[in-house]
Amino acid sequence: MRHPFCLGIESTAHTFGAAVASGEGVICSDAKAAYVPPLGRGIHPSEAAQHHNSKAHEVILEALKKSRIRPRDLDVIAFACGPGLGPCLRVGATVARALSVYLHKPLVPVNHALAHIEIACLTTGALDPLVVLVSGGHSAITAFAARRWRICGETEDITIGNLFDMFARETGLATPGGPEIERVSESGGDFIDLPYTVKGNDVAFSGLLSASLRAYGKGAALPDLCFSLQEVAFSMMAEATERALAHTEKKELLLTGGVAANKRFQSMLESVAKDHDTRFYVVDRKYGNVQSKNAESLPTSELGL
Amino acid sequence: MFKVRMPKAYRHPSLDYRLRTSRTIREAENLHEAKKAAVPTPLVYFVDMDNATLVMEYVQGPRVKEILDKLNHQDRVKLCEGIGMHIGQLHRASLIHGDLTTSNMIRLEEDKVVLIDFGLSFHSHNEEDMGVDLHLMKRVLDSTHHFHSQEAMMAILSGYEKIVGNQSSLRVLKKVREIECRGRYSGERL
Ligand SMILES: Nc1ncnc2c1ncn2[C@@H]1O[C@H](COP(=O)(O)OP(=O)(O)O)[C@@H](O)[C@H]1O
Ligand SMILES: [Mg+2]
Repeated sequence: MRHPFCLGIESTAHTFGAAVASGEGVICSDAKAAYVPPLGRGIHPSEAAQHHNSKAHEVILEALKKSRIRPRDLDVIAFACGPGLGPCLRVGATVARALSVYLHKPLVPVNHALAHIEIACLTTGALDPLVVLVSGGHSAITAFAARRWRICGETEDITIGNLFDMFARETGLATPGGPEIERVSESGGDFIDLPYTVKGNDVAFSGLLSASLRAYGKGAALPDLCFSLQEVAFSMMAEATERALAHTEKKELLLTGGVAANKRFQSMLESVAKDHDTRFYVVDRKYGNVQSKNAESLPTSELGL
Repeated sequence: MFKVRMPKAYRHPSLDYRLRTSRTIREAENLHEAKKAAVPTPLVYFVDMDNATLVMEYVQGPRVKEILDKLNHQDRVKLCEGIGMHIGQLHRASLIHGDLTTSNMIRLEEDKVVLIDFGLSFHSHNEEDMGVDLHLMKRVLDSTHHFHSQEAMMAILSGYEKIVGNQSSLRVLKKVREIECRGRYSGERL
């Protein structure tokens, strides 16, 4: 018997992506194109949506071609239905729906956060982990129990990705802010006291953001500030994670989402996992980050900007 | 018993020291404040700030976490009402617990509960902060006691209302709902 094949379409934020996967969880192909906002600016949702509109057909064709599966041999069309940026989400939904109608294939909406989690479980082999999902769109700690993913803790205001991007924008660093702050922090090391907010199992980052920007305004050295910002933000998440581990008694810990690529955060959670006799998994950069490396290195003219 | 806040290897030493000492002091102060608000808490005998250590009375009994799902309906409701009344007493005294989980409640007998773990507690008159306190309680019930979470939360709220009164209770509940709507996942609960 041949495997069922699924075409998945993702357009939750700055990247339009398409992939073909088999029912066994083999990823047959993976294609994407990323909208890169001008330096010092965030994503403009409608500009990103325009980009996705212009790239959708190419990306989907590339994914199909690489997978060597003919459109009519697909069994399911899936798309990320949110949370994400409205105008961007609409592009993926529209394209997926059109394909599903045209090819007479069932259409399956997939929750964006669930997709992050499932791809991470699939590629790391984690079976029943406590999941730490950190990206531009999410900062949540979640576990599966009684037929549902249940939130053990989350941010009460902005996500950790928002925190890094907003800090980067205000201090003239490149966006996405996460990798840039990590790079700059490596030449810092003097710890600057910044507000630390853990409320039970939840965290909040907006107080940390404004205090960091205040310190920057008063002339604090950027490397030290990046270093301290990371230390405080990740310690908050690590503490919330530790508490969730103690409460759920899970024996696996899985880190996923774009911010999962941060080495400092990985080492913190590794330490937490070790203290709790828990196996630690980190998602491969390729499946954690919505922004692909090769799309980033394309000259902007090729991205249709 | 000794409660020692051990250094965490993953944290920067300055941040670690700051958090451990400030929480130790807070805990000692607010265990006492809670007692003044008629909420049973262990007695604090000694505070060693530099070593982030509290010496306090040992409370004999199971944590609510272990027994909540095992009780029969009637006992569970009674226990939860008692918990709700204690939360109400704290809030009436402008004290926010900051970490209302079922691991931080020890049952003495029948419906008598002792609250512990005041390291994240603080003073506030703000209804938003009271809402967050109750929201966290609800979250913990949903994620670890999902079979009885609704029943337990209803009982907690009814105990809470008995203490703070109908008006205050409604205002705080409105905050809880606002906080839930702000949460990224509450609407869809993943
Ligand atoms: N005074 C006490 N008497 C008896 N048991 C206690 C007391 N204080 C804490 N414990 C036990 O130790 C556990 C951890 O203590 P807690 O104060 O909640 O610290 P933590 O900040 O680590 O959660 C509690 O869940 C409870 O089982
Ligand atoms: Mg505790």
